[in-house]
Formats: sequence, structure tokens, C-alpha cells
Amino acid sequence: MHVAITVNGGLREADVEPRTLLVDFLRDHLGLTGTKIACDTSQCGSCTVHLDGKAVKSCTVLAVQADGTAVTTIEGLASNGALHAVQEAFHEKHGLQCGFCTPGMIMAAVDLLARSSEPTDEEIRHGLEGNLCRCTGYENIVRAVHEAAEVTR
Amino acid sequence: MTPGVEAPQKLVGEPVRRVEDAPLITGAAKYLDDLELPGMAHVAILRSPHAHARITSIDTTKAAAHPGVIAVFTGRDFEHLPALPCAWQAGGVENFVNMPRALEIDRVSFTGAGVAAVVAESKYAAEDALELIEVDWEPLDVVVDAEQAAAEGALQLHENATGNIVMDWSCGEEQATEAALQEAEVVVRERLVNQRLIPTPMEGRGAAAEYEPATGNYTVWMTSQAPHIMRLLMTAFVFGISETKMRCIALHVGGGFGTKIFLYPEYVLMAALAEKVGRPVKWVETRRENYAATTHGRDHVTYVEIGAERDGTITALRAKTYANLGGVLSTIAPGIPTTLYGRMLSGAYRIPNIHCRVLGVYTNTGMVDAYRGAGRPEATYVVERAVDLLARELELDPVEIRRRNFIPPEDFPYDPGILRGLKYDTGDYEKALDRALEIVDYEGFRREQGEARRQGRYLGIGFSTYVEICGAAPSAWIGTVGEGWGASMWESANVRVHLTGKAVVTIGTQPQGQGHETTVAQVVASELGIPIEDVTVELGDTLGTPFGYGTYASRSAAVGAVAVYKSLQRIKEKARRIAAHMLEADAEDVVFEDGRAFVKGSPETGKTIQEIAGAAALGYDLPDGEEPFLDDTTYYDPPNCTFPFGTHVAVIEVDGETGEVALKRYVAVDDVGVVINPMIVDGQVHGGIAQGIAQALWEQGIYDENGQLATSSLMDYAVPKAGFFPPFEIDRTETPTDVNPLGVKGAGETGTIASTPAVVNAVMDALAPLGIRHLDMPLTPERLWRAMREAKA
Repeated sequence: MHVAITVNGGLREADVEPRTLLVDFLRDHLGLTGTKIACDTSQCGSCTVHLDGKAVKSCTVLAVQADGTAVTTIEGLASNGALHAVQEAFHEKHGLQCGFCTPGMIMAAVDLLARSSEPTDEEIRHGLEGNLCRCTGYENIVRAVHEAAEVTR
Repeated sequence: MTPGVEAPQKLVGEPVRRVEDAPLITGAAKYLDDLELPGMAHVAILRSPHAHARITSIDTTKAAAHPGVIAVFTGRDFEHLPALPCAWQAGGVENFVNMPRALEIDRVSFTGAGVAAVVAESKYAAEDALELIEVDWEPLDVVVDAEQAAAEGALQLHENATGNIVMDWSCGEEQATEAALQEAEVVVRERLVNQRLIPTPMEGRGAAAEYEPATGNYTVWMTSQAPHIMRLLMTAFVFGISETKMRCIALHVGGGFGTKIFLYPEYVLMAALAEKVGRPVKWVETRRENYAATTHGRDHVTYVEIGAERDGTITALRAKTYANLGGVLSTIAPGIPTTLYGRMLSGAYRIPNIHCRVLGVYTNTGMVDAYRGAGRPEATYVVERAVDLLARELELDPVEIRRRNFIPPEDFPYDPGILRGLKYDTGDYEKALDRALEIVDYEGFRREQGEARRQGRYLGIGFSTYVEICGAAPSAWIGTVGEGWGASMWESANVRVHLTGKAVVTIGTQPQGQGHETTVAQVVASELGIPIEDVTVELGDTLGTPFGYGTYASRSAAVGAVAVYKSLQRIKEKARRIAAHMLEADAEDVVFEDGRAFVKGSPETGKTIQEIAGAAALGYDLPDGEEPFLDDTTYYDPPNCTFPFGTHVAVIEVDGETGEVALKRYVAVDDVGVVINPMIVDGQVHGGIAQGIAQALWEQGIYDENGQLATSSLMDYAVPKAGFFPPFEIDRTETPTDVNPLGVKGAGETGTIASTPAVVNAVMDALAPLGIRHLDMPLTPERLWRAMREAKA
């Protein structure tokens, strides 16, 4: 099936099998390997991207469902060579170790901050429940989201 | 000074932001699954649905005919390759070894064992074809429990392992311990289950391989914590080729926690398949495969007895442990519950009589090997629970009984008598305890607890005053004739200072998120007095890095960074000699400080490290007999291990109605020796605490009686989420080790080692008014609710 998806600002078209997952389309067809796959069951959130501005788990969306939408991946988050405030904050607060959950975590955090500009600790922890991290114990991820919120305000 | 070069800084001890981060936060970092090779084919592996079965026949005809399939292989196709090697066998006793093969041929002993492989043009086609392979299985009886498997009359899994025993190992003084327990004024006994855990790094395993027929060279990419060991094991023990015929590469590794130390069947299989099909191949496991076929951790049942005088002075400790090692052994499985467990059962205490017997047992379950902490969490759990149970029995405060038995600072180096000659290096256990008590306001808490108890609430506090062993290891101690590790355990580094003054460091350790590049660069920048931006750290590729044993057992700073440090000293020494020549001074009169060499007493006239490096590289005006270039390689074999310690405190409340545990506070005071980067060490502690708390409260890998993994995905296995934790309260004391010149001990595993018993002790403290003295982990609401209901009845 033919899909036309605006990815990180550019229109990308391809013929795909109907069962192709959006994450596989991004990774295998477009070579955007920043988005990760880490479970088979939509638990871990490593594949989180923005679809028309909202965070989705791209392993749970078919590429054909994304036809005609605009998708942003971790590769499209920085603009004009400047890192997004959330990316900066993850670096500054040591919100990542192995980095594998990081693209999904950052995309989820950006979405969280778009919905709530001054989240509490509890709102951040609750808001990131769809994203698993095994390295940080979440401590510095929470600090990074606070930092990004502060910088952005 | 060279223009543009900043004033040298002492970076050791500073929370330097990580140099690794840029590719990781922008999606540019390449992990195994991101590797794309020209002409690459994709591999999917058919795994046994049975825990124990004979393979009568496998028909691959239909699968091979499926569109997009290049070829299908079974174990018979790789009969010529021997089973994988067991690189660490329990020292001093016979080990009855059964290892996995690239693909099993006629029998499987756990669900998830690989039996056939499809090579296809796409991963979708490969997965589709798996379903077309027809296997004729003959299911056999199953045993999943280690105590049952070791019991009289149990079914026999392997011909060479009578009673399903992998090894029957012991340490300590059996008779003296028996006598001391007989004479003790009080003896407390308990059966402690340290449940099976599934490590769950966010990136599963994977491997890719390429073979060049013209040269006979293999290149294998793999998710590995130890690429040099992978190459050694594959070439010398499986393929029987020169190690120079294989290059092993670890790309970015997305967490390991021990699971990526080992040589797995799939890594061998990819190399063999690349040769067979004449194309590069790649396999990346699904989470389901990760849970079934990647190693698990812990899974001990221990019968512990602790003897003491009425005043709480411990006189003896005895443990008998059944260690479930799975259906076949992983690479270093027997070493974990022996050297790293039994030998650490003295904990932070003077215990004059200790004996530990460990039975490694085969069962029809997945392989068990090192998981973060590897033996030390199991030992710490036994010791810290036993001490708490003793305190309960003697009606002593858990803090008081610990103080009474601590090894005092003046007793270091301390020989616990069961470490086969190694001694605890340095320690001040009470200092860390006191700091933790101050942070948590212990007296205030006990008042609050008294008030809560009057209200019928279950508030509890738990302590873990642990000591652990890092920095593996003196080769003569750990090696084949000692503790059974079939190699040495030194670590290597090469430092080169290029003509421009930029330093390139290659190391043999392999991070999976620990920030080695930053930590090592801090040491280099500090010693040479150059900006950290001028340091490049290379690792992860057997081509171009000196042989190293890899990253595990918190050894990368205590052994790896020390190798770097030693080379830096020799480079500074050479720089001093060359500078003296440039300054027309006697070498004895020249000192090297903060990136400059100058004549003692006149620092204003000197040469910068950049100028010296330039002169050394150009080489046309050097002291007589001096070789050009600043370049040095170190192979550092540590004289001892290092022994970090500390106090962790958990404050919890159990909901009397639901049995749910609320973590109210978590305080950790660790002493890991000198800290190179406090930000990175804090991060290691945070992550470790989260994993250790998760064992106490939530996680458990469960096999049903048929050997089916009931927790086979993230839907069933309780990896904690952000909302599960309170903010952690972290502090440190700093007692440098005297084992190495950096004073560093190691910080990668303290969190998992310390936190589990702290939480369990806290829950037992909360439930003390109900007379509940012990419950096994995980302390789920259901388990607590049942226990409370029973206790109240």
C-alpha cells in the first residue's frame, strides 16, 4: 500500500506491506534508527514518536494509519542545529545512561511538557509511566524534565 | 602556552557532563539493531516450546520454500562446532558441565533453546517462515525447582551430572562452625529464597556477522560487555581458528547488567551463518526471546543459621545454598554463586566461624548467570537478613547489633577467613552508618513509628550495612588454579599523545551506559593538564584496542582506569625528560605539573604538554636514546580486590487493608573510595537502588511446573516505572582504597547489593507488631495481605 507521511518536516512516500508497523517504516524504510524497539507488547515506550504533535508508541501504529499525518522523531527534534530544551536538560541532569530508552523518553517528556508547563514530581512520574528505563531509576529523568520546564518557561 | 588552550583543570572529582551524550540524545547513536551492512540478510530463530524434550525430526522444506527465505538450518548443520565453553568453573571442585550449542541437535533442556534458524531477505519473511518449520518433539518429564531437582530420586537431566548437581562447593571451616553453633547462646535459623530475576536491559541482545572467503576473516558485531573475551572464546574454543581471524565489535550497548558478558549460541550462529550463506547476517532478539533465552539472575534457596552470644556478639554463620543454574550453563555461571557469593558471607562483621556449602543445580529453566551485583546481592541478603533476625530474637535494636559486630577501622586490612587470602582493603563502616542515621533522623523516626503503631499503622525502617567486592581481580587469585576463572583478570590501556597534543586512549573495558569515555577522559585531562575536549577514548573493537577483559564486577574504574593512570605516569615521566632537553636543564631538576614541565623554582619558563608532545612526535631533537612519540601501554594486574561499603536505609509503610508497601524514604550512604565523577556515580547508585528495590517488592521470574516461563514479557514481569519510587536521598563517605593509586573502589553495583535487604528488613520491621518475622520476596500486596490476615487470626 502507498503511504505519504510528513516525517520531520519532509514528505516521505513509499509502498509498504499493510502490516508494516510505523516504527519499522521509520527505521527500515527511512533509516531513521533513532527510534528504538525494546518490547513486543507496547509496554516500554522506546519507540515513542509524535504523530500530529501527540506522543504515540510507533510499534502500535501501522504505517498505513499514519498516512497523511506529520510524524516527528528524535532526529527531528533539534531545530536549526540547536538542541531542544528537553535534550539539553537530559544532558545537563544526567538523565540518561545507556541511551536506549532516551529517544522515546525525550519524545514523551516533550509531549508531557506541552500538556503541562509546570508539572509536579508526581505529574512527571505519572506522565512518564508509559516509558521504561532500566539504568537511571528515573531519578535524574525527573530532574531533567523539571529543568526543561524551568528553562522553557 | 599554545593559543586557545584553556588553563589546565583538575577534573577528577568534578561532575563533568558526559562526553557520550550528544549522539544518544539526538538519535544518532548506532546500536546493534541499527547496523545495516550491504547485502545483509535477516535471521530468525526457532525456539523450543518445551522445557525438556527430544527432537525426533525437523522438516524445514516448507520454510525453505517460503518467499524471501534464503536458507533454513538446524543443529545438524553445525554438528562440527563444539558446545560453547564454560569459562568460569567453581574453583577446587569438579564441575559437571553441560553447555549450549549454536543450535541444539537432539534434545532441549529449557523453553527457548534455539533449534533452527531461518535466513531471509527481511525480518518479516524470516519470522513468517519460522511457523512453517515442522519439529517432531518427544516431550520429557520436567523439574524446575532446584531443591526438588537435587533431591533423591529426581529425574536426571544430564548424563554426566549425577543428582543434577553442577558442583558441590564449599568454603570456610565446617567443623569449627558446627562447634560454634553448638556452643552459641542463641541460634537463629531461616530459609531464605532469593528469587529468579530477569535482568531486562532496555536493548535486548543481537548479533551480526560478515565472512570474507578470500581471507577467512570473520567480523562479528554483538551486544557485548566484553568483546575481547567473545573473540577469544569463539576462536579458541568453538571455531578452532586463530584469534586474528576474527574481529569482534560492540557498538553502543543499551544496558547489560551482566547479561551481555557471556558468549551466547546466537553469536556463534551468526558467524557460522555468514560463512554458510555468503552474505552478512543479522539477528536481533525480541523481548520474548530476551526473557526466554538471555540469562536470568539470582535464584537461590538458602538455609542460614547464625549463632551469637546473648549480648548480640555473632559467633558463627552457616549457609547451605541451592543455586538454580538452569538447563544448561551460561559462560561463567558456576563462578557467581561460589567465589562472589560464599566468600562474601562475612559481610561487614567480625564472624569468627563461617561455613558455606553451595550446590549448583540443573533444572529445566533458562540459564542463570551474573546479574548486577552477581553473588554479592545474594550474600548481602543472607547476612543482612540473618543479622536482623538475630536482633529480633535478642530484642536488640538492628542498628545496635550492627555496631556491636562491625569490623572496626583499625582492623583493616581485614581477613574474613573465607576469601582465600584476600583481605578487605579499607573501611569505616560506622561512619557511613552514622551519616545515614543522621539523614534519616533515626530517633525521630522511632518516635513517629511508636505513634503510628498506636494508631494501628504499619510503619517500618530497614537497614543494610553492606560490604561488597569489586575490581576483579588479581590474576593469580582468580585464575584457573585459584577460583577457577579460566583466564587472567588484568586490564589494559594505551595512551598516545599526538603531535598536536591531543590524547587518544584505547581501553579494554566496554561500557553499557556507565560513561567510561567521560570518566577516563577526566583522568587523562587531569594528569596531562589538557582540556577534556582534547581526549578521545576508543573502545569496543578488538581491532585497535589492546586485549582487555571487559566491563563487569565494577572493575572498569578500579582496574581499567588504573591502567590508564599508570600509562599517564610514564608519559609524564618521558615528557619531563624531553622538556629537560628542550630547556637545557637536568632532568632531575624538571617537574611536570598541570600540563607544563619547568625547572623547579622557575615555573614561568617551561614547556607545555602540547609543545613537548610536538617535539616528541617530530623527533628531530630528543635526548640521546629517547624514542620519538608519547605512547604507553599498561597491563595492570591489581594486587587485591576493592571492598566498597555503606549503609542503606528504607522507610516504608504497609497498608493494613491492602498489603501494599509505600516507599516513603530511601537513604543511601555509600563509600566507593575516591569518586572520579560524582554525577556518574550518583547515577549508578540510583539505577542500582531501583533494581534492588524492584527485587524486594515486585520482580520475579516464574516458571510453571511444566517449565513454561509465566513471566515471558513486560506484560507479566514487573519492571518498575517512574511512579514506583520516591526521590532517592544519596550521600557518601570517602575512604580511599590503598589497592590502587587512584584510590577508587568501584560503584556500579552497590545499589543492587545494598537495597534489597534494606527494603525487606523495613517491611519486617513494620509487621513486627503482628509477630511476622520473615516473608520471601517479592513482597507483593497479596503476599503481605495473606500474611497479615493469618497473623491477625
